[in-house]
Amino acid sequence: MEPLALSACSIVTCLGAGREANVAALRERRSGLARCAFETVELDTYVGEVAGVDQVAMPANLRDYDCRNNRLAQFALDSDGFVEHARAARARYGAERIGVFLGTSTAGILETELAYRRRDAEGRLPSDFHYRETHNTFSLADYVAHALELTGPAVVVSAACASSAKVFGNAARAMATGLCDAAIVGGVDTLCLTTLYGFHSLGLTSTRPCRPFDAARDGISISEGAAFVLLERTSEAMSRVSLLGVGESSDAHHMSTPHPEGLGARLAMQGALTSAGLTADRVGYVNLHGTASRTNDSSEAAAIAHIFGHQVPCSSTKGLTGHALGAAGAIEALLAAFALEEGFLPAGAHTEALDPALNVDYLLASRPGTASVAMSNSFGFGGANCALLFGLGKR
Amino acid sequence: MMKAFIEGIGLLGPGLPGWSTSRSILAGAKPHTAEPMTIPTSDWLPPAERRRTGVSVRLALATGREACEHAQRDPRSLATVFTSSGGDGDNQHVICESLATAAREVSPTRFHNSVHNAPAGYWGVATGAMASSTSLCAFDWSFGAGLIEALTWIACERQPMLLMAYDAPYPEPMRAVRAISFPFGMALMLAPERSARTITQLAVDLEPSSRTTAAGLPEGLKQLHDAIPAARSLPLLCALAREQRAEVPVDYLDGRQLRATVTPP
Repeated sequence: MEPLALSACSIVTCLGAGREANVAALRERRSGLARCAFETVELDTYVGEVAGVDQVAMPANLRDYDCRNNRLAQFALDSDGFVEHARAARARYGAERIGVFLGTSTAGILETELAYRRRDAEGRLPSDFHYRETHNTFSLADYVAHALELTGPAVVVSAACASSAKVFGNAARAMATGLCDAAIVGGVDTLCLTTLYGFHSLGLTSTRPCRPFDAARDGISISEGAAFVLLERTSEAMSRVSLLGVGESSDAHHMSTPHPEGLGARLAMQGALTSAGLTADRVGYVNLHGTASRTNDSSEAAAIAHIFGHQVPCSSTKGLTGHALGAAGAIEALLAAFALEEGFLPAGAHTEALDPALNVDYLLASRPGTASVAMSNSFGFGGANCALLFGLGKR
Repeated sequence: MMKAFIEGIGLLGPGLPGWSTSRSILAGAKPHTAEPMTIPTSDWLPPAERRRTGVSVRLALATGREACEHAQRDPRSLATVFTSSGGDGDNQHVICESLATAAREVSPTRFHNSVHNAPAGYWGVATGAMASSTSLCAFDWSFGAGLIEALTWIACERQPMLLMAYDAPYPEPMRAVRAISFPFGMALMLAPERSARTITQLAVDLEPSSRTTAAGLPEGLKQLHDAIPAARSLPLLCALAREQRAEVPVDYLDGRQLRATVTPP
């Protein structure tokens, strides 16, 4: 594929709002996970809750969209000057020439969960509940397109935890076929009871902050977050980091358990390398999906070893950010891009004793790095896999 | 303009029990009656998995299979696009209802089936297809969004691919805020090149909205078109059934529409 410039980006996670806060936490290995005190949830688990979401000011003309997920989206639009970059792009290309491709797993379903508690005696939902603008999966792209006043093609990819990695592919294809000249890509997912109690019911949440690739890892830490990127052709925009390749595949194995040998993950990583026209030895860092579930990490390690051997430095940043589900792909794409730009290979957090069965070069301490190409992996329920490749400067 | 060649079609909706049996209705030669429909569970899935599937999954599997068989393509080798206006309302209802109780017991199966890409997951288990697959949502315009994604994918990858668009009805009280009362699913087997399998060429353009997309549909089908987002594929399906060159509008985001041009060989 033709490389595309990441000409603007914004990020909000439990580590903080904006690039600076997230890079600082990455450097200091400061985790944003804390014991779950979200809403009325009573579960013995750690979560990555974003501070300040309830204080976000929503535009008056988009009041029906008011919900935690769109508030977090607005929070990220307000960070890192993203709205201004998007506005400048709109002036340059025209509102109808910029597409919106976003990922989410649950959008604003929290609104529906709360509305179900307020049903009347006949079981009807309250009249101030706005399904289309909050719960519906598309509400995220609909909100962002309205907030940025963009009228190009818009869609939400909802493929569980691979959602906001996959959107880079949708955007690249739309730009390659001339459907749009630039794209807003990214993802937003927010804490809700469906995912907290749902993952708990599957026995997948840890009672401690998650420990990716640790021998004693015992589950994930759910979090929330948002990340946006403005993608433009490299001929049209200056940027230090470019999207070089996208690989997508399906496990065809099980709804909620990854393929044990990481066959689907392997295909996605190889697909990304092929689409970038690169060999595996050019990759200097891999940001792992690394959820800290027993099965994800062992299947991913097998796939990494198959593609890269045992030499490529890799880490999961989910010990810092938690697992932001449908937003994880875009968040981790940016963390990988920041690592390239800042010249260091970030270690994860909370991992103490590496699982000897996972034979990869997992970073227990950050290293100064000269990597010029980084991969970011995202895998999800339903066997959805996506690997992204980013590169520094001109190849 | 985006272009592909249609090789196979799948369909399942009220009074439309499959593409081959519904063609004369779509062509306007036989009247449409909205009979109650049965959605088969797929014997492509192991029995344990089969029992767990909801309406969306069954719609996607049945229509996708019909389109593959129509085109005589092996689903195992195919990339896929799944598109739906909002996922599985039944699951969402049961989960939200239990989360509103003190016990908050969520069934693990219901939870993993609640993801928007559950049909893609079951399709993979059923067919063994490991190629690229995506699962989209664009509210009422999800069919148009799926069509765009399928055609841009084909333009870039130059490989055949299967598009499945479907919607399942919502139970009360959600039906009051999302009035989808009937299931509807359709599938298109699309290829980058003309071949012996080609039924028709399909070209799609994005343009400002100018026409009422349901105009010209046979009576009864117009109601389906307006009642179920996935049934916004009906103008295209009717044009395909008539087997004549035609230009039909397909609903897309507010203020815009797609112009689909079908050109049989």
